[in-house]
Amino acid sequence: MMGKRYSVLPGFGLTLGYTWLYLSVIVLIPLGGLVWRALDLTWSDFWRLATTERALASYRLTFGAALAAALTNAVFGTLLAWVLVRYEFPGRRLLDALVDFPFALPTAVAGLTFASLFSETGWLGRYLVPLGIKGAYTPLGVVIVLTFVSLPFVVRTLQPVVENLEREVEEAAATLGAGRWRTFFSIIAPTLLPTIITGFALAFARAIGEYGSVVFISGNLPFQTEIAPFLIVMRLEEYDYAGATALAAVLLMASFGLLAVINALELWANRFHSPSS
Amino acid sequence: MNASVPVNTRGRRITIPRASEEVPWVKWLLIAVSTLFLTVFLLLPLANVFAQAFGKGWRFYLDALREPHTWAAIRLTLTVTAITVPLNLTFGLAAAWAIGKFDFRGKTLLVTLIDLPFAVSPVVAGLVFVLLFGLQGILGPWLQEHGIKIIFALPGLVLATVFVTFPFVARELIPVMQAQGQEQEQAALTLGASGWQTFWQVTLPSAKWGLIYGIILCNARAMGEFGAVSVVSGHITGLTDTMPLRVEKLYSEYNSTAAFAVASLLALLALFTLAVKICLEWKARREHSQAQRL
Repeated sequence: MMGKRYSVLPGFGLTLGYTWLYLSVIVLIPLGGLVWRALDLTWSDFWRLATTERALASYRLTFGAALAAALTNAVFGTLLAWVLVRYEFPGRRLLDALVDFPFALPTAVAGLTFASLFSETGWLGRYLVPLGIKGAYTPLGVVIVLTFVSLPFVVRTLQPVVENLEREVEEAAATLGAGRWRTFFSIIAPTLLPTIITGFALAFARAIGEYGSVVFISGNLPFQTEIAPFLIVMRLEEYDYAGATALAAVLLMASFGLLAVINALELWANRFHSPSS
Repeated sequence: MNASVPVNTRGRRITIPRASEEVPWVKWLLIAVSTLFLTVFLLLPLANVFAQAFGKGWRFYLDALREPHTWAAIRLTLTVTAITVPLNLTFGLAAAWAIGKFDFRGKTLLVTLIDLPFAVSPVVAGLVFVLLFGLQGILGPWLQEHGIKIIFALPGLVLATVFVTFPFVARELIPVMQAQGQEQEQAALTLGASGWQTFWQVTLPSAKWGLIYGIILCNARAMGEFGAVSVVSGHITGLTDTMPLRVEKLYSEYNSTAAFAVASLLALLALFTLAVKICLEWKARREHSQAQRL
């Protein structure tokens, strides 16, 4: 490993230098500018701008809806990963390929089509609205689109782990007299849990920042269906740069905090699946 | 998040029921619930895009796409993407070479920082450039004095898109180049190849699937980005509206069918991206099994 430092391969200085330069110009300096603007505010100004009633309502919706979406995906994502890996059935490959669709579909298109599906004349809304289930212009709609955009994370994180589960262990449990449910809860679930939590955290992080799909379906009513990223855009349109900066700093801290948690979770999950254990 | 093109190792067909398998009715119930969930959340929204887009017939659909402002949006999206993808491609190749082939201090930090744009909300990504280059921004007054327009113009759209799509090529290529090691390159150099020859003829061909997949993902995200470009665009019709922004404007003008017509192009792009992914996985699997047979 150490020998690579003195590798005969050329281009190390050039490529590493370019990597750091490009990273700085595109990502680090612009993000640094935001931090600088945020530090420019006095603490009391920052607190006042970041905790207005309207901002607090938008945090509640953003984090609450993201949590609901990530939990939905933790349940259905686990089910999907299990079904797609363990069972053979017609259409399995098609469904497996489709799981990546939310990564590929522009979020604006997702928002547009979900808003139309759940409207009173839409394919789903015409049956659901008479039952009192309203998807368009409600917090429920926000949860639905956030579930869509964060759908692949749990499935794709979990699939390789389910593939590598040793069936022999399950068979041993069966030989020892455990029923399928007992095997699932005492053997399979504990093994999968760290990875499910990692996938859940990835989905949650993705859902917090989402903007494109939500603006179409939520109606963006202050205090009711307005998410935090939308409030940032509102502040910018009012040329309230300080207000936008304070809100963005809160979102950025939440994202980076989650990133640290996810990294720690991945280390934890890998500990369970390292070859030595 | 899916890493490089995965090689599928499953597909073990089981004909006799095993102790590690659920009883048939549980199995089929689970399959039915999964299929229903994916139908409601993925297939129905996709089918709805095309149903709405063609709701008023072919003629209306084509007219909606030929409308001058929409046409301008399509051209702008292609321009932004044509600048963004090569920039991030060059970066991805440089980063993957440095990180995949060499050991150095700060490597873990560098890899974490490259992923950073994924953790940032698209709106915040747009905002940072407004804070730098906007009228009240840090460099705003200087730019105005010199008559340089970045925000509410093409450079701003490109910067925001480059930021958002920054990690795609790099994170597909880094694991591939790491897995390759450097023995083949060393052999080529020993046999007298130059550094560039080695890169073009030895390294790139064996990393091609990861490279293509990275480019395709970067391209899809660049064309479809909404939040970040929305903040820096200024929404000047016919000038700074990209396709996703055009979708929003048509929708807010109650021109829903035209909005869906533009959206259908973006949905086709997503389907194309998925098709390429499936194709690459299939090729990678075939090469893998061929390599094992040898």
